Amino acid sequence: MRSATPWSDVISYLVEATGETLYMVGVSTVIATVLGVPVGVWLQLTAKGGLRPNTAVHRVLGFVTDLGRSMPFIVLLVALTSVTRLIVGGSIGSTAVIVPLAVGAIPFVGRLVQNILSEVHVTVVEAAITTGASTLKIVRSVLIRESLPALINAIGVTVIALIGYSAMAGVIGGGGLGDLAIREGYQRFNDRVLWSTVAWLAVLTTVIQLGFTRAARAADRRRHASV
Amino acid sequence: MITVENLTKSFQGVNALNGVTLDVESGTVLGVVGPSGAGKSTLARCVALLERPDSGAIRVDGTDITSLDGSALRAARRQIGVVPQGDSLLRQRTAAGNVALPLESAGVPGPQRRTRVGELLDLVGLTDKATAYPDQLSGGQRQRIAVARALAANPSVLLADEPTSALDPETTGSVLTVLDRARAELGVTVLVVTHDMGVVRKICDDVAVLEQGRVVEHGKVLDLVGNAGSRTSSALLPAVDLNPINESAYDRVADVVLVGFAAVGALLPEAAHRFGVELNIVGGGLTRLGETPVARFRLGLNGERSDSALEWIGEAGGAVQRSLKGPQGVAA
Repeated sequence: MRSATPWSDVISYLVEATGETLYMVGVSTVIATVLGVPVGVWLQLTAKGGLRPNTAVHRVLGFVTDLGRSMPFIVLLVALTSVTRLIVGGSIGSTAVIVPLAVGAIPFVGRLVQNILSEVHVTVVEAAITTGASTLKIVRSVLIRESLPALINAIGVTVIALIGYSAMAGVIGGGGLGDLAIREGYQRFNDRVLWSTVAWLAVLTTVIQLGFTRAARAADRRRHASV
Repeated sequence: MITVENLTKSFQGVNALNGVTLDVESGTVLGVVGPSGAGKSTLARCVALLERPDSGAIRVDGTDITSLDGSALRAARRQIGVVPQGDSLLRQRTAAGNVALPLESAGVPGPQRRTRVGELLDLVGLTDKATAYPDQLSGGQRQRIAVARALAANPSVLLADEPTSALDPETTGSVLTVLDRARAELGVTVLVVTHDMGVVRKICDDVAVLEQGRVVEHGKVLDLVGNAGSRTSSALLPAVDLNPINESAYDRVADVVLVGFAAVGALLPEAAHRFGVELNIVGGGLTRLGETPVARFRLGLNGERSDSALEWIGEAGGAVQRSLKGPQGVAA
């Protein structure tokens, strides 16, 4: 039996893997937010009782969204290889993982956003309509601004989900914390690396979750309520 | 001014509006009243341009606004300030931010916007709450902010849909005062949809009674109260038959409605004096419609010239509603 990996090596493994994970998750979250929020807005606008109800568009968009959400990430990872190559010029490494991560997260974000926007009370939306506001203005100043705290929380949920997905990045050589735990920790029976990674993931996700909760609270004006 | 012409609207075969025709003079307040399901809300939503009528027209200063689209529709919406039913403020915006919303939609630049918001907060008496969020305001204050918001873009018509339905009597007063002030100070035409006759009593010049999607009564409140059979008079005037009276004690028994200080104060004593009759108030009472005192009394008269006295009261401006005991009674 070989001796345990020195702690200094464990830490440098963790630092490197954390960098890869944050890179993959960070970039794909930004992309998923930029593209997923409009999908959610569009779903809500075209929904029954929305600002621009359109059953046909809503159904098609909803179908595509749910199809995307039902796809296991590991399948997406390998299925999108050619697309990934087209976009980032290669099909392995951390950067290559960003494409399937973002693609998987867009419908996820889309549905979350739609659910949140549908919570804005109809009286409030109609009041804005009667002020002569354009649809764009209502989306920005009413739907999104009124739900901002919930939207920030939803992005937090997305980040945590993407950290989970990114554990499979090793399949195409993306590295990251999940890959470290599986290849170095599990497959090479390195318990110290395995459990260190598990503990560190717990800390990392807790801190991220906490950060988003704080940000959501900061964005919520209702907290000033004196009653 | 705003006119509603022959408006119809049905939902899944059920007629909510069956040809509603109304008009509101510039600078006056019309109360639209009626029982639940009479079509009040549908009418309000049509006037607010949230619902398109099946047929008929809604004219603001002569222009039909029911068939507009796109930017013309948005411009028309700014002509009609709406105080929606229920909580309608943006909870993530301050009171001032909420009032500013229509000005942003209208593209009013920042400095002018702030000036205008200041004026409106002053009008509704909430200058000190400019930076408060809706959750920090009481129900009445939120409703006054909603009125300020509705008035922000200088509409010619103000529509209030059940503006007092969720409020206690005291706060109701403050909201009604604000609506009245909007009419008085800005000359805006006000249309209040309400189930509460108290709103009509306090601020309405005109009233329209809606029943089953039709206007069954429409006119000046002070005219309608003099009309014996009108729904408005029975809803707003003091009851005359609370106490049973001994009719045989009088030669004549009649109900009269007196409108205004002069009539309420002087008409009856003068009639008694002129015709030498004994004139007793045996029922009814005094109330106030807006600023005007209005009385409905049940009179018991004794004396030879009782009929002449009643006739004179009618000619002098009192509405003699019915002779409970008169010449017909004698003949029978």
